[in-house]
Amino acid sequence: MSVLDSKVPKGPLKTKWTDYKNHIDLVNPANKRNIDVIVVGTGLAGGSAAATLAELGYNVKTFCYQDSPRRAHSIAAQGGINAAKNYQGDGDSTYRLFYDTVKGGDYRSREANVYRLAEVSANIIDQCVAQGVPFARDYGGLLDNRSFGGVLVSRTFYAKGQTGQQLLLGAYSAMNRQIARGKITPFNRHEMLDVVKVDGKARGIIARDLVTGEIERHSAHAVVIASGGYGNVYFLSTNAMGSNATAAWKIHKKGAFFANPCYTQIHPTCIPRSGDYQSKLTLMSESLRNDGRIWVPKNMDDVMAIREGKKKPTDLSEDERDYYLERRYPAFGNLVPRDVASRAAKERCDAGYGVNATGEAVYLDFASAIQRYGVEQAKIHNISNASADKIYELGAAIVKAKYGNLFQMYEKIVDQDPYKTPMMIYPAVHYTMGGVWVDYNLMTTVEGLYCIGEANFSDHGANRLGASALMQGLADGYFVLPYTIGDYLSHEIRTGKIATDTPEFDAAEKEVTDKINFFVNNKGSHSVDYYHKKLGNIMWEKCGMSRNAEGLKEAMAEIKALREDFYKNVSVPGTATELNAELEKAGRVADFLELGELFAKDALEREESCGGHFREESVEIGGEQAGEAKRNDVDFAFVSAWEYKGEPGDAVLHKEELEFNEIELKQRSYK
Amino acid sequence: MNLTLKIWRQSNAQDKGKMVDYKVTEISEHMSFLEMMDVLNEQLINKGEEPVAFDHDCREGICGMCSMFINGEAHGPDRGVTTCQLHMRMFKDGDTITIEPFRAKAFPVIKDLVVDRSSFDRIQHAGGYISVNTSGNTQDANGIPISKHAADEAMDAATCIGCGACVASCKNASAMLFVGAKVSQYALLPQGQVEAVDRVQNMVAQMDLEGFGNCTNTGACEVECPKGISLENIARMNREFLSANVKS
Repeated sequence: MSVLDSKVPKGPLKTKWTDYKNHIDLVNPANKRNIDVIVVGTGLAGGSAAATLAELGYNVKTFCYQDSPRRAHSIAAQGGINAAKNYQGDGDSTYRLFYDTVKGGDYRSREANVYRLAEVSANIIDQCVAQGVPFARDYGGLLDNRSFGGVLVSRTFYAKGQTGQQLLLGAYSAMNRQIARGKITPFNRHEMLDVVKVDGKARGIIARDLVTGEIERHSAHAVVIASGGYGNVYFLSTNAMGSNATAAWKIHKKGAFFANPCYTQIHPTCIPRSGDYQSKLTLMSESLRNDGRIWVPKNMDDVMAIREGKKKPTDLSEDERDYYLERRYPAFGNLVPRDVASRAAKERCDAGYGVNATGEAVYLDFASAIQRYGVEQAKIHNISNASADKIYELGAAIVKAKYGNLFQMYEKIVDQDPYKTPMMIYPAVHYTMGGVWVDYNLMTTVEGLYCIGEANFSDHGANRLGASALMQGLADGYFVLPYTIGDYLSHEIRTGKIATDTPEFDAAEKEVTDKINFFVNNKGSHSVDYYHKKLGNIMWEKCGMSRNAEGLKEAMAEIKALREDFYKNVSVPGTATELNAELEKAGRVADFLELGELFAKDALEREESCGGHFREESVEIGGEQAGEAKRNDVDFAFVSAWEYKGEPGDAVLHKEELEFNEIELKQRSYK
Repeated sequence: MNLTLKIWRQSNAQDKGKMVDYKVTEISEHMSFLEMMDVLNEQLINKGEEPVAFDHDCREGICGMCSMFINGEAHGPDRGVTTCQLHMRMFKDGDTITIEPFRAKAFPVIKDLVVDRSSFDRIQHAGGYISVNTSGNTQDANGIPISKHAADEAMDAATCIGCGACVASCKNASAMLFVGAKVSQYALLPQGQVEAVDRVQNMVAQMDLEGFGNCTNTGACEVECPKGISLENIARMNREFLSANVKS
């Protein structure tokens, strides 16, 4: 019997969540006033959870490393948020959203969690509209939708290309209301550096004030981690510079199992890198694939001519172009899921068809869309015999209304006009499906310690569909955690205030202080970034879009050696008692250097290809699907949950077997 | 290209601070401004000196964390960009670039180029929300039709990233554009009407309390705003404020 208990309620899938809510224990309002909750991270998941818990009456403390909760990296999500509203009448339903998410995740997520997610999705939209989130609307004043990769319906709600920003500002506004009431105390420019356990239960955290360097103790009856994903283990990713795994990794080291670390999403539409000085990569929303067509030249001569600047992409006629997604996947075309689109781009570029100097770029072309919209607009405006220029102008205006800010962003970075010449794109690390293992209640393997949003592993399986991250973050924070945590806290009403002058807090604080003192006193010869870049390079080369056993074994050894070197030779200037960005980075990179090794170990253990995890040893040999990823449901239909044992390489694997009762496991065909 | 940088160094809030000169070489025109700063900092660390502290996070122009005053302009010489989106192609070989923090009484310097903008948060606490419980038990999202025009205009106001460039650019260090944008977003939407009177009064009162200056319609804020927030938002806030004072 596994030590893992997912605590999924009994009963039919469709009524599990309702039945669960009807039977959990509640905390009476007077008692809620005596209960404290800590929320680490204030993005969509943390912000919405903090606001809701405070509204229910708990005393909430929030922690974020940014100067304001409004800056959490959820803000950078562009394309949209899914919800099974079926406003378009195109056959959407809770079941279909559930089905698409499980299938999109390559059958590696927990059915009951995903169904609950789909179930509450519609409420999110109602909630956000009531908060004043300015979603896009049509001329009748009703909400507009767009379509995203991996699905056949239009269920994505959006606010231009800034949906994450608007949803986060909505959650932030809900927080503001509670801050004004004194129910949330925000600790901005603070970083959580450890969790404190008392008698096996999470009872508080140790945090550092990033301005003064002061180490603080904060106690609570429950701790919620909502600190986002670990994409920055690759150094270059679309994550913010400060995005880190420290909170998640520290709780892992204190007993929370870490699940499926190898499931990483490499997003297909990012701006290609331009040089060694590159500090981060910029995503271009997947929504662009609604109207953009992806291609490379058919002939190698044209590739060379383009690279040498002798030809422009617009010089190539239709039959000189290889729209490889439309060719390989006629049913889904340019809207195949992210992992499929990314691997297809890599396949073409590895074969030598990349269109920029580095050989790592493909085209995303809007010419057909501009033409199509132009003709449609000319009809709408009753312009007969419109000239080609007029049609272009009308069409470009529609494309601008839909993606204007993305086009502007692209132009600022690349210095090319995407209305006139196709964009160049290449895959980049974007999202991590893996994360802290949680049960149905979103509780980790440590009692009273919860994990929500991207930081947990639960809902996206081995691959996340577009516009589902925002959905999960807000579902966890607004609608799931507030119920499940109440069930736990109902047993805490007699506990009273948790003291911080205890041996447990002393020990945790000492551990944190020792580490900080080590870094500032080490006086080594290399900067933190030197190590972070080296780690990123190992991760990208050996744990990137495609992986094999040999490379993964090398990665584990190389990361371990790099970590040892880091502890000998890292240099952190400045002191511990001031604002010190290098010290902050040192702590985060130290954790990435451990996480990276576990990542490679997990990828090595999973000898199948599924979702974002592609093992070169596991591909379809013959038939229509030849060369596509080959999943192995007989041996690998489980969640890998790793228990920390002192060194990342010594972590012990626990398996949560995945049962599929509602969905038949099939090969994920988008052909 | 090779550049001379004149950078404001101030070790903490109490320190007097001064401009210090640095040289950087072999800067590519494709680098972002902050990548150029990374090169400088790597150079300083390798020499055993303290790197320049500056705020930054998303590096794609949406989080509003970066905040430099470059050659006398918030977010530098380009238009419609934050510092992280500014590219070195805007400069030429041999240039001297002056880099200072955003300066305003309500934005005290924390260290070097890092300032404290928590005054913006406190203005939002005073009224930057609609008082609706997060239970999800509200009416159906399509229950309140909102004209596309109003929704688009509200979105244009809501696009503010709260970076503070408007304050830094204003000779009076006024926060009217920032507050005007938030007031406008809610004023344009039916959901925001219920609390409109209290909202504008409370937010304006907090803005004054924080020590921001008054608006004298210079318009520098609009020019320097990386998100193109229009002066109309200030006019709308003034109208809301006036009508709130008449009503209450």
